[in-house]
Amino acid sequence: MSKHPTQTPPGPSLVPLRGAGKGPRPVNLQAVRAYGDTLDDGQMMLSFALPVPFSEEAKEAGRELCRKMGLLEPQVYHAHDLGEGFTYLTIYARNPHTVDFTKISVPKLDARRLDRHGVEALWAEHMTRKIRILGACTGDDAHTVGIDAILNVKGYHGEKGLEAYKCFEVKNLGAQVSNDVLLQEARAFAADAILVSQVVTQKDCHRSNLAALIDLAEAEGLRAGITYVCGGPRLSHAIALELGFDAGFGAGTTPTEVASFVVQAVVRERQP
Amino acid sequence: MSVVCTAFPVAPGFDCPSLALDSAQVARGRALARKIAKEVQQFTEVRSTVAIERTVLRLFGVEGATDGEVPLCNVCVDQLQVAGRLTAGIAQPFCAAMLATGLQPTELALEVAAGRLDLASFAGPHAPDPAVLQLGRTLANGGLDRIAAQRQQRDAFQARLGCGVQPLRYVIVASGNIYEDVVQARVAARQGADIIAVIRSTGQSLLDYVPEGATTEGFGGTFATQDNFRLMRAALDEVGEELGRYIRLCNYASGLCMPEIACMGAFERLDMMLNDALYGILFRDINMQRTLCDQRVSRRLSALAGLVINTGEDNYLTTADAIEAAHTVVASTLINEALARAAGLETGQLGLGHAMEVNPLIENSLSYELAQAMLIRTLFPGAPLKFMPPTKHMTGNVMRGHVQDAMFNLVGVATGQGIQLLGMATEAMHTPHMHDRYWALESANLIFAGGRALGSELAIKAGGSIEKRAQATLTEALGLLEEIAAEGLMTALSRGHFADIKRSPDGGRGQDGVFERAENYWDPSEALLSERLIAAQQLHADGSAHDPYAGGAA
Repeated sequence: MSKHPTQTPPGPSLVPLRGAGKGPRPVNLQAVRAYGDTLDDGQMMLSFALPVPFSEEAKEAGRELCRKMGLLEPQVYHAHDLGEGFTYLTIYARNPHTVDFTKISVPKLDARRLDRHGVEALWAEHMTRKIRILGACTGDDAHTVGIDAILNVKGYHGEKGLEAYKCFEVKNLGAQVSNDVLLQEARAFAADAILVSQVVTQKDCHRSNLAALIDLAEAEGLRAGITYVCGGPRLSHAIALELGFDAGFGAGTTPTEVASFVVQAVVRERQP
Repeated sequence: MSVVCTAFPVAPGFDCPSLALDSAQVARGRALARKIAKEVQQFTEVRSTVAIERTVLRLFGVEGATDGEVPLCNVCVDQLQVAGRLTAGIAQPFCAAMLATGLQPTELALEVAAGRLDLASFAGPHAPDPAVLQLGRTLANGGLDRIAAQRQQRDAFQARLGCGVQPLRYVIVASGNIYEDVVQARVAARQGADIIAVIRSTGQSLLDYVPEGATTEGFGGTFATQDNFRLMRAALDEVGEELGRYIRLCNYASGLCMPEIACMGAFERLDMMLNDALYGILFRDINMQRTLCDQRVSRRLSALAGLVINTGEDNYLTTADAIEAAHTVVASTLINEALARAAGLETGQLGLGHAMEVNPLIENSLSYELAQAMLIRTLFPGAPLKFMPPTKHMTGNVMRGHVQDAMFNLVGVATGQGIQLLGMATEAMHTPHMHDRYWALESANLIFAGGRALGSELAIKAGGSIEKRAQATLTEALGLLEEIAAEGLMTALSRGHFADIKRSPDGGRGQDGVFERAENYWDPSEALLSERLIAAQQLHADGSAHDPYAGGAA
């Protein structure tokens, strides 16, 4: 996108395939289309299986599905007989739809990105005791790789985990902790922040489980005064806010990102 | 040694490059592992668990659950435990009650469930009388015969359809619904899968009972039940017959019901079981006394059934660093081997696990992976090693993930791995879609065919980085084994030697189900099973383990 100046003149109403003229045309940010190799070509790749036997009809069914999605000129690049009456398709098609990029709004973390030194300095400025952080994989989830990457000293991606910070006292409850046990522990530990990891997402169990935690916390009078953070490959800050959390982190999050948010949220919570 | 091909050819299906290792170190490592295993065996031989007692009832033929879905085996064992009479075992009171009532095993269990029969009232203070002894032996032999018959049937299938070519292509299904799983599995078989593993619903390892019936709801996987085993077995037999290949079925004999699930899997002709002596302790916080007792019985049954066990050392590297912790994998495979041998498992049944988890973005990551894969391969000649794909460094970048999996496939075929758990490009994002599995199998088919002879053509440079790395890892593993052998496995586990995880001997789930055997403890299946394993030359005549690798690496 960098090679295109970002002005917002009236965009073309049709999808041009050739004849772009001299030099790159400017991107119309009010009408952005998918990009293959030419601005506004709308090229997209789709990959899916259909529960119909491999045949010419199966390919046409795939193309028809694309047309119903509003895609133009669907072309089956690859079709494979999966057997048992299933067909796999890779389809390229052109998408004429546009989005108004100037109107896009995404909730973002209300926190500066600090490094470990910055996190510890901010803490030292405002607090004399350690910030107590309680972590767990809740519900049936047995995958502790995410919470461990954030909390364990070893950390992730070359960054030490929160246990290594002198400003945090970390308790990691590990896998398969129920919401009520987590909150009991939070009360006993006088947690400042609760970090919940959810890796298993089948049938959206992570969403119901996370929402149930906040409901329970509210019922137990443990919502206010504690910073709630969730993380997992299928989570985002926007989803976290929707579920009643203070922040959410997705795949690839490093410990300092979480530490930055937690220290600022806890310090802010303690301001009069 | 038995010469019958039960599950795998004794030799790998192809050559792999040879790796020079210090044979004195290898022999020392094995001796230490045997010492560690012996101590564990002495500990477990004088104990039993609720899961082991339930397994005795399953061998007797008790099946089914109450209307409230409590398995009848649990009802009986729990009743006796609450009465404080379980330490002599379930077998004596159960058989005595059968003789007194004239009921069949499941009928008797139903009476117990209905509250009309108190097993404790049949618990004698002394050794069982002759009629009870005879009934117990007859019932136990009935269960063991069922298992032996399934092994014969597998042998017959494989004699007709072949054992497959290693590395065997292993894929998972995990829809949560056994009927969807069957569709996914049949499709995978048609794409080339040799092994279908049905991933269990998350949390099942912590259930102290095995659910009943065909199940259609699960999270991250499908419940392991005997009915689900049967449905999948039938589907794979059918599609395998059509394809002219024997499709193996894998599940999990792990968690709090380890021996029971091994037994049920053996009844339904499963071919492989995830079964690790340490995994549940480390990763599921199951009490170590419980798991060490349970693993012994589950492995003895697997030995009889001709089941291949898959150990879980690969998981160490998902929490610890793959380069720094490589030696813990080596140490643990040696311990798992020694414990498995003590249970009568043969070389062809040792699917010892290891993984490709070095950060793929570091320079020469492939050299590290080759060194590790060849080290494990060289330590266990002929064993169908289970090689696990990248998981920790899978990110949702499916294209890069597919390439990482392709490199893994190349290392697997070039180093002669036995069981290749095919990586999924969408790992870390969702349980596999039907076409994720197709991508994985297509990649494996291509690379295995193309790389089939690579291992026999390549030589590892003497004194080069791969050889040095492998030797250094072995030396480090030996150091760890010395420590563990000196302090005992339980202390070692409590000090966090594996996967950076510390567990205490009295902590974790399921300890209340462990008990020391009373003097009059009796489990008729134990001696009968030993007799059969000795007769099959899977154990020495005195019940001790065979040691085919004696004298160092072959």
